[in-house]
Amino acid sequence: MGMPTWRRSAGPLPVGDRGGVHERYTIVRVEAENYRTKTLVLDRPLKAGPGQFAMVWLPGVGEKPFSIAADDPLALTVVAVGPFSEAIHRLVPGDAVWVRGPLGQGVHPSRGPYYGASVVGGRGVWRGATAVPGTAGDCGGVWRGCMHRGKDGGRRAAETAVRGLGRRNGRRTATGTGVTTRVTTEDGTLGARGLVTEAVGAAVAQARPDVVYACGPVGMLELSNVNAMTWGYHTSSRGKPSCGAGWACAVRAKGTGAKVGWLVCHDGPVDRGWTLREPCRRTEE
Amino acid sequence: MVPDLTCDLLGLRLRNPIVLASGVLGTSAALLIRAARAGAGAVTSKSCGPGPRAGHANPVAVDWGHGVINAIGLSNPGAEEEAEMLLEARAGLEVLGVPLIASIFAGTVAEYGAVARIVAGAQPDLIEVNISCPNVADEFGTPFAADAEIAAGVTEAVKAAVGAVPISVKLAPNVPSVGRIARAVVEAGADAITAVNTMPGMVIDADAGKPVLSNRVGGISGPALKPIALRCVAEIVQAVDVPVIGTGGMMSGRDAAEMLMAGATAVGVGSAVWYRGVTVLGEIAAELGTFLSQHGYADLAAIRGTAAGGR
Repeated sequence: MGMPTWRRSAGPLPVGDRGGVHERYTIVRVEAENYRTKTLVLDRPLKAGPGQFAMVWLPGVGEKPFSIAADDPLALTVVAVGPFSEAIHRLVPGDAVWVRGPLGQGVHPSRGPYYGASVVGGRGVWRGATAVPGTAGDCGGVWRGCMHRGKDGGRRAAETAVRGLGRRNGRRTATGTGVTTRVTTEDGTLGARGLVTEAVGAAVAQARPDVVYACGPVGMLELSNVNAMTWGYHTSSRGKPSCGAGWACAVRAKGTGAKVGWLVCHDGPVDRGWTLREPCRRTEE
Repeated sequence: MVPDLTCDLLGLRLRNPIVLASGVLGTSAALLIRAARAGAGAVTSKSCGPGPRAGHANPVAVDWGHGVINAIGLSNPGAEEEAEMLLEARAGLEVLGVPLIASIFAGTVAEYGAVARIVAGAQPDLIEVNISCPNVADEFGTPFAADAEIAAGVTEAVKAAVGAVPISVKLAPNVPSVGRIARAVVEAGADAITAVNTMPGMVIDADAGKPVLSNRVGGISGPALKPIALRCVAEIVQAVDVPVIGTGGMMSGRDAAEMLMAGATAVGVGSAVWYRGVTVLGEIAAELGTFLSQHGYADLAAIRGTAAGGR
């Protein structure tokens, strides 16, 4: 069967359109994921591919890019880290947000089924594993980890935020979508103890999935690459969308700080990994 | 018959007349080189000014349905850092045979001269003098392009500072007589004209009851600008006898043909990248070639100015 190919759009995106002006959405539900993370569930879908993002506008406040946590209905997971996200956190059901998107290149697997795994950490929001075609199995799953050391030890477990994750300790929790989600925390207060990259590394070394999608902080992405056949990663090291248009780009290469010829909004935010290994033999059986 | 798409711009040989317009993809050497590899005949950097600017807060650009409206706010690293980037870009572009146009702006006539002197040190093939950005009026006041005398003053200051580097002055569409402004800057020393910059406009979200852009107003580009740009270029080529880089709403090879028919020597492409991606630069060149071939035109000279009064 071979590896799924990486299909990119040279111009207009295959999923949705270029965004256009903002559309007004009404908040239906606000889900508190943890002490500083909320998911806003909106009143209708926004058809989007895994990895795409949207520009969220609060008139009079500003506009920021956010990963699309779910597209039917549209859901946005927001960590309160500054004035804009804090303003979003003050919104309640019935309030409005304005959204334009989907934007950016998502993930477009050309064929399925195949085995995919996702590793998500930090503030990463990645719905790829629940949206791309695949077969749930030993290596088909989402590893969600917390890599940050909190000042309050009791809060470390609260850092994790997983869509659809049942709020009980345990190594495996079904999301109901056919994909298994596994959680790790550094202190073991939720899920397995340890780094998410160690957990996923061990799993993929054994099961060798076709693709691994990573979304999270730079350190996690690098470790993910070392441990797995990384196919794509959701950028946090290559830059964040600014205007959403590719007109105000100043993406800098990690390490050198030199500006690169990569447009977060046009070429990303999902980018290809650093190395490729041989294809998963299981797909050839 | 394969039409000849090459053109001469102030002694610069362009493999085709498609020029990456300022403000799109021009923020790094890597992106300028990428645009060149994508097929542009020449590339223009994003405008740089006396010092670093962060630009406006989001929202700064949206597609409103008939084009784009933007108020990026002239974000740039400042002329000193920009000159380093231009040196790097020039090295990469020389290998590809693609000329580099460096765009500058400033807040006063004296500052224009200072910025031009710094940027000229990087030896771009052409310096584009942006006197017409409509998105910073709150800061800089009415654009210089609105007044013939002031526009001429800027041109003289830049010309005196750049040595042998030729200059093209970028004009605004929203003036009573763009031909008059063109005459003034050419008499002051402009070697070419770039026409036109974006058209001031506003997009309001009726549900929000507010302008969409954080700057409230912005510059209109893309398809809606095309008829305005064509009219301006046609008027300019009747008024002056210097090359014109015609820009505004160029989305296809057919649009490029129209701009050449209006009298332009080269065709600036910017917003099309938003709609069609980076590869549009080469695609428009190819489409132009197809248009010329289908109509039996051997080269660009066969259509240049044919709709503007027969230059």
